Amino acid sequence: MSAVLQNLVNQPYKHGFVTDIESETAPKGLSEDTIALISHKKNEPQWLLEFRLQAYRHWLTMREPTWPNVKYPKIDFQDIIYYSAPKPKQKLASMDEVDPELRRTFEKLGVPLHEQKALAGVAVDVIFDSVSVTTTYKARLAEVGIIFCSMSEAVRDHPELVRKHLGTVVPAQDNYYAALNSAVFTDGSFCYIPKGVKCPMELSTYFRINTQESGQFERTLIVAEEGSYVSYLEGCTAPKFDTNQLHAAVVELVALDNAEIKYSTVQNWYAGDENGVGGIYNFVTKRGLCRGANSKISWTQVETGSAITWKYPSCVLLGENSIGEFYSVALTNHHQQADTGTKMIHVGRNTRSTIVSKGISAGQSNNSYRGLVKVGPQAQGARNYSQCDSMLIGDKCGANTFPYIQVNNPTARVEHEATTSKIGEDQLFYFAQRGIGAEEAISMIINGFCKDVFTQLPMEFAVEATKLLGLKLEGSVG
Amino acid sequence: MTHTGNTLLAVRGLTASVAGVPILKGLDLTIRAGEVHAIMGPNGSGKSTFAKVLAGHPAYEVTGGEVRFRGSNLFDLAPEERARAGLFLGFQYPIEVPGVTNAAFLRLAYNTVQGARGKDELDPLEFDDYIQSKLELLAMDPAFLERSVNEGFSGGEKKRNEVLQMAVLEPTLAILDEADSGLDIDALRIVANGVSKLRTPDNAVLLITHYQRLLNYIVPDYVHVMEAGRIIKTGGKDLALELESRGYDWVAEEFAAGRATAASVV
Repeated sequence: MSAVLQNLVNQPYKHGFVTDIESETAPKGLSEDTIALISHKKNEPQWLLEFRLQAYRHWLTMREPTWPNVKYPKIDFQDIIYYSAPKPKQKLASMDEVDPELRRTFEKLGVPLHEQKALAGVAVDVIFDSVSVTTTYKARLAEVGIIFCSMSEAVRDHPELVRKHLGTVVPAQDNYYAALNSAVFTDGSFCYIPKGVKCPMELSTYFRINTQESGQFERTLIVAEEGSYVSYLEGCTAPKFDTNQLHAAVVELVALDNAEIKYSTVQNWYAGDENGVGGIYNFVTKRGLCRGANSKISWTQVETGSAITWKYPSCVLLGENSIGEFYSVALTNHHQQADTGTKMIHVGRNTRSTIVSKGISAGQSNNSYRGLVKVGPQAQGARNYSQCDSMLIGDKCGANTFPYIQVNNPTARVEHEATTSKIGEDQLFYFAQRGIGAEEAISMIINGFCKDVFTQLPMEFAVEATKLLGLKLEGSVG
Repeated sequence: MTHTGNTLLAVRGLTASVAGVPILKGLDLTIRAGEVHAIMGPNGSGKSTFAKVLAGHPAYEVTGGEVRFRGSNLFDLAPEERARAGLFLGFQYPIEVPGVTNAAFLRLAYNTVQGARGKDELDPLEFDDYIQSKLELLAMDPAFLERSVNEGFSGGEKKRNEVLQMAVLEPTLAILDEADSGLDIDALRIVANGVSKLRTPDNAVLLITHYQRLLNYIVPDYVHVMEAGRIIKTGGKDLALELESRGYDWVAEEFAAGRATAASVV
């Protein structure tokens, strides 16, 4: 570390704020002081500070996992800014009050906030760096008792709900990055659907990473009470940077009796340039707990971005007859690396899970599916169906499948199917012979390949996802 | 047999190889508008290679000779440009495309080719109207359109689908590589009648086949025998019948004898 940085890190935090034009940024580095600073800046209750500090102390005893099939230089956790927020402002009543500079950024990113979203019937909780700037539709959702707000607001306004569920699905000690997140998370989304309420619209959160070298530690918690339903969309883009950015989010879902949560993601973070320089490291822990009987949690993800993806949206099927689903498209190009999949943990009786994974590798990328299907001794009649298909474009990329199956109940039925195909000369020639050029052909083949997943996405997202894959594969065939 | 049509395809001394192995060794062929040609010959004589070279398969390297298609140098065109210029290849082994419906595939192909011809593209509803008549031509169930391209198709369905694509794209020169293999006698008649109905004075068909039976339905103007990468004999439709009864050996012998005579004269 350079002397300048060393000095910066060693400064006491009360002097350490770099208040440039519009953002308030903590000095680089991680310590109990940094955590206390975050907690203090956010006016958090004592129990949450304790939660953070316990997580941090545990994190110090843990080691960075090396089992994923990805390669990257060692991360210097003292070289990361753990808190960065747009200048705090008075409570905003409308978009007009939002900083014009910020609004221009949103427009550039094509975030169809406020009116457009109002017409589309989507409420958006926009995260800019780490602090929630504005939340639309809150009032309308409040009419039916739904709470949809930033995690900071939830901690302030609904501390009892947050305290009851936070860390119950992903414990602070769960894994290296979850522990890190638990210690330093800055903001995220909170969603609470009361008993018997079907959420009248799709809830959508756009995450953005904007300040260079500021790791993002989002924390999302969704609780669906008995008999409720919610569909939640998460979409991501990030501006281009040359320095790797660490992103270690935690998402927790809780579904009670007869509740259903549908969680969809289209992830398009900066993946680095064609030589593999830059890009986001996306080390995420996403897990849903089907706590009640007949509950259902469904993950659908389209992963196209990040230099490195390390992500396993999982379901713990505790309640009887509960259902877990995972539909995934992971596309890697150039030098991207993805190690992604799911875990389906069958605990309760007659629990069912479905896994459909489509991996697409192009360029010199490496794409691994890693999935665990575990059936516990009490899970009478558990069933799982897994389908893992890989597609290769070109001959310099790689695809791997690592299925782990652990069955401890003789009545369980577990099926696993896997295929590998290649977009080859003959396929492209067939399209060419019908007048269709290579790029259009690939786009069509890929969309066909991903159809089973795309049909699970909300309509608007499916269209975006289709376009996104085409964009991502531009120029991947000579 | 009339020679009134314009020359669509002129092949002169064509040589080509795959993975460094020469397959075509000096092939000559002229096809004019309105004609039907059939190329027959034993396995490995280079028939399918010839078809793929014309269509521009990247695995085949043209090492010599010239091919002009509608007056232009065919080898100046990329495979998709050849298709848009009206050259169609019905594949011996059509490729499966899981998850892509026949309707979507056909419409994209049709609109791409239409666009290249400066014509208007059709939206899904208009295309649906357009394709109904084509389906009737081949006695195909419309449900066929909703299935993934060639996926799970029987051999006969695949061949029918190739001819459906031909009917949709209305090519100037259609090369059908073993359009008859895998077809039962009823399907053969339907496919062959479909091809016959697509004939106009302005287009031409090149059939590659092992069997004379297809030629009962699509009567050729010329039958060529191919052997070792060349056309060694050309005749009328009766030649196919003669090949059916006598096999190919006598043609090769005749050709060899002819060459020996020619050599002794020199």
